[in-house]
Order: sequence, then C-alpha cells, then structure tokens
Amino acid sequence: MKTFKTGGIHPPENKFTENIPIEEMPIPAELAISLNQHLGKPAKPLVKVGSEVKKGELIGAADGFISANVHASTSGKVKAVKPHPHPSGQYAMTVFITADGKDEWAERLNTDPMDWHGLSKEEIIGKIQNAGIVGMGGAGFPTSVKLSPPPDKQIDTIILNGAECEPFLTADHRLMLESAREIVEGLEIIASLFSGQAKAYIGIESNKKDAIGTLSQIASSKGIEVVSLKTKYPQGAEKQLINAITGRTIEQGELPFDKGCLVQNIGTAVAIYDAVSKNKPLIERIVTVSGLEIGKPKNIRAVIGTSFKDISRFCGDPKGNTNQIISGGPMMGKALFTLDVPVVKTTSGILFVNNTGIEKARERTCIRCGKCVDVCPQGLAPWLLANVAQLREFDEIQLLGLANCTECGSCTYVCPSRRELVHWIKYAKALVNNRQKRKSA
Amino acid sequence: MSITARNANQLKGSVLFLMESVNLKVSNAPFVRSKDSIESVMYNVALALAPATAMSVYLFGMKALVLTVVSILSCIAFEWLMDKARKKPNSCFDGSALVTGLLLALNVPSNLPLWMVVTGAFIAIVASKHAFGGLGYNVFNPALVARVFLLISFPAAMTSWPVPFSVDMQTAASPLGILKTDGLDAALASFSIMDGFYGTMNGSLGETSFLALLAGAAWLWYKKYITMYIPLSLIGSVFLFTGLFYLIDPTTYASPTFHMVTGGLILGAFFMATDMVTSPLSVRGQLLFGLGCGLLTAVIRLWGGYPEGISFAILIMNSFVPLIDRWDLNDRKALQTKKPETP
Repeated sequence: MKTFKTGGIHPPENKFTENIPIEEMPIPAELAISLNQHLGKPAKPLVKVGSEVKKGELIGAADGFISANVHASTSGKVKAVKPHPHPSGQYAMTVFITADGKDEWAERLNTDPMDWHGLSKEEIIGKIQNAGIVGMGGAGFPTSVKLSPPPDKQIDTIILNGAECEPFLTADHRLMLESAREIVEGLEIIASLFSGQAKAYIGIESNKKDAIGTLSQIASSKGIEVVSLKTKYPQGAEKQLINAITGRTIEQGELPFDKGCLVQNIGTAVAIYDAVSKNKPLIERIVTVSGLEIGKPKNIRAVIGTSFKDISRFCGDPKGNTNQIISGGPMMGKALFTLDVPVVKTTSGILFVNNTGIEKARERTCIRCGKCVDVCPQGLAPWLLANVAQLREFDEIQLLGLANCTECGSCTYVCPSRRELVHWIKYAKALVNNRQKRKSA
Repeated sequence: MSITARNANQLKGSVLFLMESVNLKVSNAPFVRSKDSIESVMYNVALALAPATAMSVYLFGMKALVLTVVSILSCIAFEWLMDKARKKPNSCFDGSALVTGLLLALNVPSNLPLWMVVTGAFIAIVASKHAFGGLGYNVFNPALVARVFLLISFPAAMTSWPVPFSVDMQTAASPLGILKTDGLDAALASFSIMDGFYGTMNGSLGETSFLALLAGAAWLWYKKYITMYIPLSLIGSVFLFTGLFYLIDPTTYASPTFHMVTGGLILGAFFMATDMVTSPLSVRGQLLFGLGCGLLTAVIRLWGGYPEGISFAILIMNSFVPLIDRWDLNDRKALQTKKPETP
C-alpha cells in the first residue's frame, strides 16, 4: 500500500453514505447559477433578464485564459442577474433561472455516445473548454488549461484522484462504483492527449475496497494501474498523491507538470467523458449530503445552481441542533452563513453538524509539543508560521515556506492548544498577496 | 440570526438572508479536531507519575503523601494568584500546575519541612513560569528551577534522605552522595542494584523506583505524549560515558548500571527533559539536547561538587533550546526557499 512520505493524520472517517446509491435530485423550480465557479476570472454573463434559455445553453462565457464557461442547467427564463451568496462565503454574480419544467436540451447537446478516437487533440481540448469543465475536487482550475501544459514539459504520468481523503465525503466513491466505465473512458481520453506515452494510474484509498475492485476489473485490460493508497489525510492532495504514487516531490514554485505529472479528479474524468463523447456540458455533479444533523444522509446528483435549501429539504431537513453547515469536507470546507447558496461545480459535499465546543474554543498558547510539525505533509513548522503571521512579519514568513502550505488543516486538527494554525497561515497568505498586488499596481 | 446578519451586512447592497430555523455559526476550517488538549497532555503526565508517587508513599509513609499534596495545592494556589495578578484566564485546572507540583514533590526528600515545599512552589510557578509569561513561554523547567533553588538555599535539608520504611525518620545519604564523599566501595556496600531497581533505597520521593518510573514513561510513550529521542540519547550518553570510565578504572568509577538506577536520572530523562515547552522540537535537536544533558550529568556526577547532576544538566541544556531550534529553523528556511533544480 502506497502513501506520501511526510506527515498526515487519520481523523474519524465517518463515511455514513458510502453504501447509499446516488439519487437523482429533481430539478427545483428556481436555479441560481453562479458565474464564478472556477479559479480565475468570473465568466461574463451572456443573458439578460427575460431571456429564454435551453438546457445546456451557454449563459456565461469564459473571460480570459484562466476562466470557464457556464451553462444553463435546465430550460426556462432568466429571472435576474445579480450578486448572490456563494459557497465560498463571498458574493458572486449569479444568473437566476425560473425552470419551465420541460427540461429541454439545446440543439446538438447530450447526443448518443460517439466514438472519440478520431478526434484531434485540439478538438478534444476544445470540447472540454466549451463544456466549461473545471477541477471538481475543490480547486476548480479550468481543466482545458491543465490539459495543455507548455510544450517543453513532458507528461509521463497521469493520475486520477479517487483518494477522497476528506471525512464524510463519498461522492467520488459512489461515482467510482456506479460510473466506472465512464471514468476509465474519461481517463483514456486524457491519456490520448499525451499520445498514449504516459502511464495512467487511479489512486484510491484502501478504505474503498469495493471501488478498487470494480475499477481494477475494467482498467487492468487497458494498461491503467489502480493503486491502493493508505487511508491517511491528505492522501488526495495533489502534491501528496503524486508523491505517494510516483515518489516524486513537487518543490516550492513547481507545478505538477514540472515533474511530468498530471492529476485529475474522478468527477472531472466523468465530465470529460460526457463532454467529449456526448457533447454534454458540465451542468450537474454528485454531492454528498451528510453529517450527524441531517435527516436522511444521501449522495445526490444535483444540477449546478440547485439551492442548498432545496437540497436540505430533499434530504429530510436539518435537525434542531444543527449549528454549522459546511460546504465541502470537514477539513478544508467552508462554514456557511446562509443556506441560500447554490451548488457550484466544486461542491463535493454539504455537511450538517453540531460543532458546539469546537466553533467557540479559545485559542491557547503553544506548548511546543511539535505535533503540527510531525503531521505537516509539506514539512513546514505551522506553529512558527502562525506565530510569525500574528506578528505580521510578512517578509520572514515567506522565508519559512508560506507558499508551500496547501492549507490541508492537519496542523489545526492535532493542536492540543486549539490554535487556529491554518487560519493564521491563510490570513498571512491573503495579506502577502494583497501586498504584492499593491506593489505591482 | 446574529451571524447571518453580521456577514450579510458586510456585503454590498444585498438582501438579508434569514434562516428559518437554524442559527448558523461561522468558524474556521477544519471543523473536526482531535481530542487532544493541554489538559489531556498534562493529566496523562500526572497519571504516568502516579506509580512513582504511590511507590514513594509506600516507601516513606504518610509524610510523602502530605508533602505531595501540599506541593500540588500550593502550585495550584500560586497559579490562581498569578492568573489574577496578570489578568489572565484561569489556568489552575489545565493540569500544568498539577504536574509541576507533582514533579517538585518527587524531586525532594520526604522529610523536607513543608514551608520549604511551599517556597519551592512559589519559585516554580511565580519566578520560573509566570515571570516568563506563563505556560508555553517558560525557558526553564519550573519544577527543576525550584529543586535547584531549594538545593542551593537549604543544602542540609535537601540532602538528608529518610531511609525507606523507617518509623523514626532515620536519615542517611543517598548512594550517589556516599559515592561522592566516601568512595565507590562504601556506595556499593550501602545498597544493592536490585534496591535501586525496585526503589528500596534512600533518595528523593520520585527518584527511587526505576520500575515505577519506567511504567509511567511507557504509558506516555504509548499514548504518544513523549518521544523516546531525548530519554534514549540522555540515558545512552550517561551509560556510555560512565561506562568508558568504568572500563578505564573500575576501582574508582561506579559501573554504568549503578548510575542508571541511582539518583534522578530516570525521572529526569523521561519526565523533566521531555517537557514539551523546554525541549527542542526537531528530532535531531532532541537527540542533541539529550546528549548534552547526558554528558553534563555524567561529568557532574564523576567530577562535580554535587553528587547528582541531572537537574543542573537539564537546566543548562534548557537555555540552549532556542539555539538548537534556530539551527533547525535556518535549515528549514534554506530548504523552503530552495530554487527548483533545472535539468
């Protein structure tokens, strides 16, 4: 069983929904489709209030190189285009669509699966770009950009990330069980972009034995290796996954392609398959709805723009003592201040929890136990980064490897003094970024 | 509704979103935390010291128990006073004062006058902990500072050890003391190695029983509250250093086994040198720290003016901890700012 070299933790897995099949969530009467569902510039709205849209129609166009298209998730009428809360905790320009109930596809979309083998690289990348596909693991980096590394970088390893190391989340797990064929075909499409020279892997944590079995059966005949990974957080972080599978280390300032690697999420692979072989834009995703405080934990397939409110109703409403609702996993997710936010392309889970005690714990002084140093997968000294961040010594903190922090939160998880280590590091990153922006402006 | 309203207000020109039934709290990721806390660390250390404490009560009677209780209570009282004086949140029950009190008691002879114990508690909590900023900021191990203070201020009281199981509080020198004053033969005649192993010899409350201390240390190690780098390098270097001189001249120098089971070596190595606050963070730093403690202990034991050197050795090495951590820090910086190699 493979694993990454340094650090890591093993929080309680709490995968309550791993045996619950994916359920189709009916399309609600109103959708709020955010134009900022990816890393980079938000998409430019192409529709106005009152426009009629069809399912899969382009409603937001990529604005620049690092940006992504946004499509209507159902047919209907545009009710409003205005800022609206976003699962990231901020507001984003959002297109509101009142569904007409017909759910009519726009022309030439969602066709019968076609043979993609004849397509050129440019055609495949073009299809992926048009479909608005972004990394569905959480970061939301535009996939077409990631799949076009600079020509001097030789990609020899393609990794599909099925680690799903976050507690609670089972969206990728269910997808691997229920859409194994599509995943493998999506991976073959990615591999074809690199002329078949690259070795393809699917990395899965060992707590998903059934998924390892299912995928191995299909993948082995196609030269794809399914790798069983130790159940350890953050096994699914890009740098850690590359280290676990290939033994290579991504140094500061490097990107995976500098070490010949390309990592894609399981959900992204399915989206790529849908886009290339069926002309289907990215308008839906799998979301795990879980936590101890939700009536009926489920894995659902929801269209982009479905409100968390509708989802919570669909899953049996939160219980009375819910005090936190988290978008994403419990390690790297965001606590929401309202349920009135839509599902975006990167929403992997919605957790309803009662975190009394954790959310109001007092930060105490560091007792220098060194646990954060032991668990940091990037080999940093989080206690020191946090101290320096609190002192606002932003030149010093960059020397300590601020940019290398992947914000996985392992340090905060183990800290016996309940210090908000990763929070202070994020704070320093934000301020360092601001300062650099001001300097360059 | 409070959080909802506050966040919504920060955002430009939008409607207030009110939750119908749920009052949501916004906090920082991660939303799961391990169960470890300062309390769990401290209470587990106290638990690990329980066998040695029980052993000392068995050996030295009720007097040992009274002394331990007085030491703990006075440490907690000084902690409370200092929190009040410094206007800090109450930290009496975070367990750190309990551990300091317990360690102080285990570091003194059982017939030490109680007012001296209270003085020691004052030095530990007020002068060597809160004066530096409280838990986490102290440079020196508080219990050890108090022990050394008492040793220097009241040398007679601190070196007259009651004989185990004696009813009339008969006192005698410890094996290490005899070794220093009367030579090796007298020291070896005063006790057997097995006495040292079980603890049936003269000494401070907690430094007598090798077995009870090891049981506690094993617990801490099993629960991952201590690592073995410091204790092993400390004990190992004492063993090798004293062993070297034993090989050179076995008639003058005691055997390394003698040095293992006498004095406060085990107590110091597993419970005092491993204090998280006052020891280095990196593995190699801990190994170096342990080595330094071990060599200084051996040097003081063999040629120093005091029979026992572990407390001085740990305190001296405590003062090197920032320097040792800086060594690690500089390498860390060099590593993190390393330019990627261009092939």
